[in-house]
Amino acid sequence: MPSPFILDRSSVTQVMAWVLAALLPGIAAYVWLFGPGILVTLALATVTALAGEAAMLKARGYPAKPFLLDLSAIVTAWLLALSLPALAPWWLIVTGTLFAIIVAKHLYGGLGQNIFNPAMVGYAVLIVSFPLQMTQWPGPLSLTDAPLTLAQSASVIFGGDLPKAVLDAVTMATPLDALRTGLLQQYTVDEIMTRPIFGHYGGVGFEWLAGAFLFGGLVLWALRIISWHVPLAFLAGIWLAAGFLHFFDAGRFGAPWFHLFAPSVMLGAFFIATDPVSGATTPRGKLIFGFGAGLLTIIIRTWGGYPDGVAFAILLMNLAVPLIDQYTQPRVYGTDTRRSKAPPA
Amino acid sequence: MLTAILVMVALAVVIGLVLGWSAIRFKVEGNPLAEKIDAILPQTQCGQCGFPGCRPYAEAIAKGEADINQCPPGGEDGVKKLAELLGVEPKPLDETHGTPKPKSVAVIDEQTCIGCTLCIQACPVDAIVGAAKQMHTIVADECTGCELCLPPCPVDCITMVPVAEDLPHWKWKHPVIMLKEVP
Amino acid sequence: MSRTLHTFKGGVHPPEHKSESNSRPIHAAPVPRELVIPMRQHMGSPAKPVVGVGERVLKGQLIGEADGYISSAVHASSSGIVRAIGLAAVPHVSGLPDECITIETDGLDEWIDHAPLDYRAMEPSDLRMRLRDMGLAGLGGAVFPSAVKLDPGARHHCPTLIINGGECEPWITCDDVLMRHHAGDILQGVAVMRHLLGSTEILIGIEDNKPEAIAAMQAAATMMDFAVEVVTLPTIYPAGGAKQMIEMLTGKQVPSGKLSTDIGIQVFNVGTAHALARAVHHGEPLISRLVTVTGHVLRPQNFDVLIGTPMQVLIDLAGDRDGSTGVLMGGPMMGMPMPHTIPHGLQPVADRSPLVGDLGVPVVKATNCILVQSKELFPPLPKALPCIRCIRCADACPAELQPQELFRFAKAGDFGRAQEYHLFDCIECGCCSYVCPSHIPLVDFYRYAKSEIWTREKEKRAADLARERHEFRQFRLEREKKEKAEKLAAKAQAKRAELAATPADERAAPTDADAKKALIAAALARAQAKKAEAAPKNIEHLAPDTQREINEIEARRAKIREMARQPLEPEEKT
Repeated sequence: MPSPFILDRSSVTQVMAWVLAALLPGIAAYVWLFGPGILVTLALATVTALAGEAAMLKARGYPAKPFLLDLSAIVTAWLLALSLPALAPWWLIVTGTLFAIIVAKHLYGGLGQNIFNPAMVGYAVLIVSFPLQMTQWPGPLSLTDAPLTLAQSASVIFGGDLPKAVLDAVTMATPLDALRTGLLQQYTVDEIMTRPIFGHYGGVGFEWLAGAFLFGGLVLWALRIISWHVPLAFLAGIWLAAGFLHFFDAGRFGAPWFHLFAPSVMLGAFFIATDPVSGATTPRGKLIFGFGAGLLTIIIRTWGGYPDGVAFAILLMNLAVPLIDQYTQPRVYGTDTRRSKAPPA
Repeated sequence: MLTAILVMVALAVVIGLVLGWSAIRFKVEGNPLAEKIDAILPQTQCGQCGFPGCRPYAEAIAKGEADINQCPPGGEDGVKKLAELLGVEPKPLDETHGTPKPKSVAVIDEQTCIGCTLCIQACPVDAIVGAAKQMHTIVADECTGCELCLPPCPVDCITMVPVAEDLPHWKWKHPVIMLKEVP
Repeated sequence: MSRTLHTFKGGVHPPEHKSESNSRPIHAAPVPRELVIPMRQHMGSPAKPVVGVGERVLKGQLIGEADGYISSAVHASSSGIVRAIGLAAVPHVSGLPDECITIETDGLDEWIDHAPLDYRAMEPSDLRMRLRDMGLAGLGGAVFPSAVKLDPGARHHCPTLIINGGECEPWITCDDVLMRHHAGDILQGVAVMRHLLGSTEILIGIEDNKPEAIAAMQAAATMMDFAVEVVTLPTIYPAGGAKQMIEMLTGKQVPSGKLSTDIGIQVFNVGTAHALARAVHHGEPLISRLVTVTGHVLRPQNFDVLIGTPMQVLIDLAGDRDGSTGVLMGGPMMGMPMPHTIPHGLQPVADRSPLVGDLGVPVVKATNCILVQSKELFPPLPKALPCIRCIRCADACPAELQPQELFRFAKAGDFGRAQEYHLFDCIECGCCSYVCPSHIPLVDFYRYAKSEIWTREKEKRAADLARERHEFRQFRLEREKKEKAEKLAAKAQAKRAELAATPADERAAPTDADAKKALIAAALARAQAKKAEAAPKNIEHLAPDTQREINEIEARRAKIREMARQPLEPEEKT
């Protein structure tokens, strides 16, 4: 084996482990603000993802150990779990995770080969197929009278034999949902914002969750696991698009800060859009990718059929990555200009 | 009615003129497709394809008279390139035209050679020097390894010697990274 | 320092491991019993042997002459007898042998007559030819013939001369100790370079992890009669790469596909400057160099080594240890693993029994370091995983390439795209492989793609030549056929005219057919007469085996005649 004969200490496992570690503040905030139900979801998704990964590796003739230890399946599982409503039924979690691992990851060729972010594919499949179950969000603890314990959450997730009244008492529309339905009912933004679910910037609790994800993301950036390009461009895309709309008609469009501090945006900006496999690689490409995803998020939130657009926005930008990369090749040492034009196909 | 007919006629005339003019203006000499095919063929000139040389085979492919898998020296790689150029599916080499062999050059055993010049006449690239009743020898750099000189030799003094790998001709191999378990 | 330093993009900080070998003084390695001197030690055409087997050669005697402009001569490193000229193991990653001259040394180490050159009085072109014939080549690693680099070309001068004391590769310290101990000699060589290139600005770039070398060079610089600026560079791999050093010192980038001289800059390694000083001021050709022997040895240090010394001799001198897993020529980032072979001919190294794993390959001009590996120092690299496009490689690439894309293209065999993404601007520094979290041997893929592209270009040229020759042959056959037909027609015309000229009554008797028959008969008679005349006169009174040989040949001829007489039926049918 020729040179080099020494390697830096980095490894895929290390990269993925840092991503998982950076999610921990967000998870802690989740438990603190919304109850321990998310832990059940996370555990179920992790087990499902590892089982699916192992089965697919075996079926495809790859050794299980190095690929299971690379932790990429767990990252996918956690990202999906954190995007799902914490009280979603177990089969929803299993279906989404398996779809992410089997179809979005392994049928595209496994680690490093998938064009779409597996977690977002899983999420998109679920929200398209089971829109009703995807609304079982627990409300913030500060707004609910009798928060669910871990055991109760587990029983909701696995059996759902909790009386409907109890369930209704703990689940609540997310701020984005509330805004959306409110606007459909011809309320103005200002009227909607007076409801108890809304806090300073985003929703009560939700804004703190978003803050925790932001913190984890900044840690990743400080460790140089991710570059600043995608998150900044993504947030800029959201802020500018939302701000533009809000500036013209504050009654019909939410404030930019409100859009930024929805948890899915921070999770998306720092953990999902920065997925190297399905994202753009060149510096300018990353800016375009992030900005495009932010823009699309607001467009989908405003005019689309779903309350949140992060997943679809990222998937759509994933689709454009080869094109973006090809046309944004950076300047090579000793060449005068950027690679002037793309080679003929 | 009349206007419509006039308009159509005028249009036909104009388009006809443009077409006629461009036929003259953009006339392409020769057969560009055959040219491109010829550039892919290895130029061994061995005739294994059934045509007297690479160029005739290229022309035959261009006309659709020959298949793309008749050139053993070009190998599977050559077939793939031809398929890509012509926009057809690549297919395995036609075994009836021979199988690919490692690159070789002909070597004349100078002790046995009787100087009959038959091989000189057979060589498609004039890579054999010698004269009647003089010992012949092969210019190794110009030999394409077509083996056409072998059958005419009355004393079987020509052998094909595979080109040995030496330092100037050594190349890096495709790195092997084992991801899959080999059963 | 007043100079503002620039930075280049990328780079890595591998563990340096310099202190192991740079504290010990330079030792002169003894003359080995056998020297194996390859003819191809430099870029360009290999040298041509000019001595014969059995000839006695003196130290410094020319044994291989430069073949062409981009070439360099090769000299005997010590006195002795030429024992073999032919293929022998050389320090090349392929393990393939190459042409070498093997000298059995006589221990006298007797020098050939040599004298300093008065370089100021010589024509620059003559001086350059002398340097080529003294075997000077870059000692930094690429071994490009120095005479070519000392030609300022059409511009007639090269304003900036950079002396590269970067030595950014881990483990290697030969340039470091050379600068510490021979700073004056290096600058003497720089004076010659300055003279040839007409440079006005002379910069010596040294990484800041070599403070002793910087101090020594600065002290020596004050003694020179021209301005020399010793610049301290931050320690970052590959700061010693020529292009990276140029960018750090001047802020300029060498245009892709061009030479640094095109922007008025030339770069030499400190070792080359030292060798140049030895050549000019002492008349000594390049027959020795400093070699760092380090890694898994008892006493890592630098040796002054005769070119052609088997590497094992040096490893023994430095203290061979059990548990070595391999030997690299060069550092861990760009070094090449050495094939383990017993030296060609003669008894191998010293009196020891030839163990498997003895390193018979010789030290050549490119050998800056012999790095002995062990499991502890160089643990086996972990298995590669698929690329996750994290682009750490792109962040580390000093050539500002997109290694992940090049890898993709090289792996898929899409060499055209790889070239469009500037594959050939890759300097194979290894930064990308070093940082890759998936542990992909990226540089391997680029080496593979480059060598594949070169091979294909060669094949293409061969095919073009074959096509050209074939087309010419077709043309020639056509022309010959036409000429023959014309000649025949003319002849027949003449004959007919002749016949027409003869009187009518004579003409009446022999018909046309008769005339032809007569002609053929006459021709036959002529041919037979000629044959009889041409019969060789040396076939009388022969020795029996000669006679047998003649008989054999006659038999073969008879067979051929037989074959020739048979109509070529099968072929005519097709």
